Amino acid sequence: MAEIKNYTLNFGPQHPSAHGVLRLVLELDGEVVERAEPHIGLLHRGTEKLFEQKTYLQNVPYFDRFDYVSMMANEHAYALAVEKLMGVEVPERAQYIRVMYAELTRILNHCLWLGAAALDIGAMTVFLYCFREREDIFDFYEEVSGARMHAAYFRPGGVSQDLPEGLLEKIKAFTETFPGYIDEYETLLTENRIWKQRNVDIGVVDKEAALAWGFSGPMIRGSGVEWDLRKTQPYDAYDKMEFDIPVGATGDCYDRYLVRVEEMRQSNEIIRQCIEWLAVNDGPIKSDDARLNKPSRASMKGDMEALIHHFKHFSEGYHVPEGEVYAAVEHPKGEFGVYLVSDGSNKPYRMKVRASGFAHIEALDYMCRGHMLADVVTILGTQDIVFGEVDR
Amino acid sequence: MSDMNQEQCVEQVVEQTELLELTGLQERFGDAVQSIREGVDCPVAVVDRKAIVDVCHYLKGEQGYEMLIDLCGVDMSEYPGFVEGDPRFEVVYNLLSIQHNKRLRLKVLLTERELISSVVEVWPTVNWFEREAFEMYGIIFNHHPDLRRLLTDYGFEGHPMLKDFPVTGRVEMFFDEEQWRCVYRSNKVENRVLIERTWPGVDRG
Repeated sequence: MAEIKNYTLNFGPQHPSAHGVLRLVLELDGEVVERAEPHIGLLHRGTEKLFEQKTYLQNVPYFDRFDYVSMMANEHAYALAVEKLMGVEVPERAQYIRVMYAELTRILNHCLWLGAAALDIGAMTVFLYCFREREDIFDFYEEVSGARMHAAYFRPGGVSQDLPEGLLEKIKAFTETFPGYIDEYETLLTENRIWKQRNVDIGVVDKEAALAWGFSGPMIRGSGVEWDLRKTQPYDAYDKMEFDIPVGATGDCYDRYLVRVEEMRQSNEIIRQCIEWLAVNDGPIKSDDARLNKPSRASMKGDMEALIHHFKHFSEGYHVPEGEVYAAVEHPKGEFGVYLVSDGSNKPYRMKVRASGFAHIEALDYMCRGHMLADVVTILGTQDIVFGEVDR
Repeated sequence: MSDMNQEQCVEQVVEQTELLELTGLQERFGDAVQSIREGVDCPVAVVDRKAIVDVCHYLKGEQGYEMLIDLCGVDMSEYPGFVEGDPRFEVVYNLLSIQHNKRLRLKVLLTERELISSVVEVWPTVNWFEREAFEMYGIIFNHHPDLRRLLTDYGFEGHPMLKDFPVTGRVEMFFDEEQWRCVYRSNKVENRVLIERTWPGVDRG
């Protein structure tokens, strides 16, 4: 009889379905995974160290580069943290703009997730379909901030600029066609036999395990825990929005797929509600707190103080009162939190970023055990891993 | 006006009850709970390092904090008012209770020579968070199953988030033609400070 023994397989860091730069050391018994050890950190850029050298305004663009498929959601957490510590109230219009863009970002993220996860499993077409809609949202990003991806649009105190003319109509047109596109994705996948064979009963996580492993977002909702920070700890204008939280029943990859697809529909509804409000209500888009605002161009031409203020605002930056705060948002991937310690100066003393993907990939070993080698790719896909936020 | 007062009263009562639950913590653990106060966003409790595992078991089992959201280290050595001999490190635990919808922050103060017990047995997810705190600050978690570096390069030396670790790092990587592999050489880049750290009301002339 042939001797059977376990062998160790190195997966990544240059594997097309490793979602970036993940190195996995898999211990296999035949084709069954006995142990999976993720090696992360290949994209570690020391952002938390850099935060301590930069002023609060200079730190904004770093947040775009954490989870680089849902840029504005990251900035949102940072803006909330700084505002909480400074005790600044954000004007209503800015809140609605933020909520609208946070939800556009959720669609942006889920479109990438759906395309990439399906591509990993072998469904090529979905990827192309999803990227068609992503392109539209990138255009909305560009119109409002000038950048297609790294927008730096949500700033502490509000948003950097008001919406340009005609943008609301374009977004409105998008929300009218988008539910039809989701139906298209669903015809490709939901009842697809191969998709079901690859996803149903794969990577099952029950409620207790989801809590113990620190899951959040669609990962915890897929396991049947009704938890959404937008509902339970609402920030900005979310308490005025009407939407439902989809919840899974069995906690497998297929449930998480259904949850994410339904989330896209709900996001679309929230965007519509925001558009309705924004179309009839005008107002400031930034807090009137002088610390967070730059003076207008016109006042700088005639007023020396305004000129000095402008110079100081962009060189020295503003001071944030001493203290510590934790602020979290319902990021498309889960709970994205910023723990900020300020010593009262113009730079953060310590800023820790809590990325949801970090906790999820940690549980990869737990989720993969006993599954086949090919399922590792499915599970990695269902976790919606982006290494920008895991490695920071 | 009376409405306002009533609202304020209700708010105060809510705040007090939240803190009251935590005074249960103080009664149970006595001096091991060094202080409890209301923070900007949630209550903050400072706990003695020796009691941390018991406190976490109690909070998870009886107070309903099922989730550990975040654990991180903080190096207090450059914080204004820090004097030689103060505990240099803070280990910060951000907890979340899903059933009661509330948050709590625990803090443990440590000197450079003190160890802290790992809470992996309470929440398995803390494993990597503790590894990260060890790697970044050199805080050693006792009884941790697998305390290795996590984010930095294989064979990296030092703890990069310490305040006395230079931003530019200590080494640079080059490709050595002769050995046909990557080698480290000591870093010659100067550490530049473009914008000074300033405090409000300080006139720098």
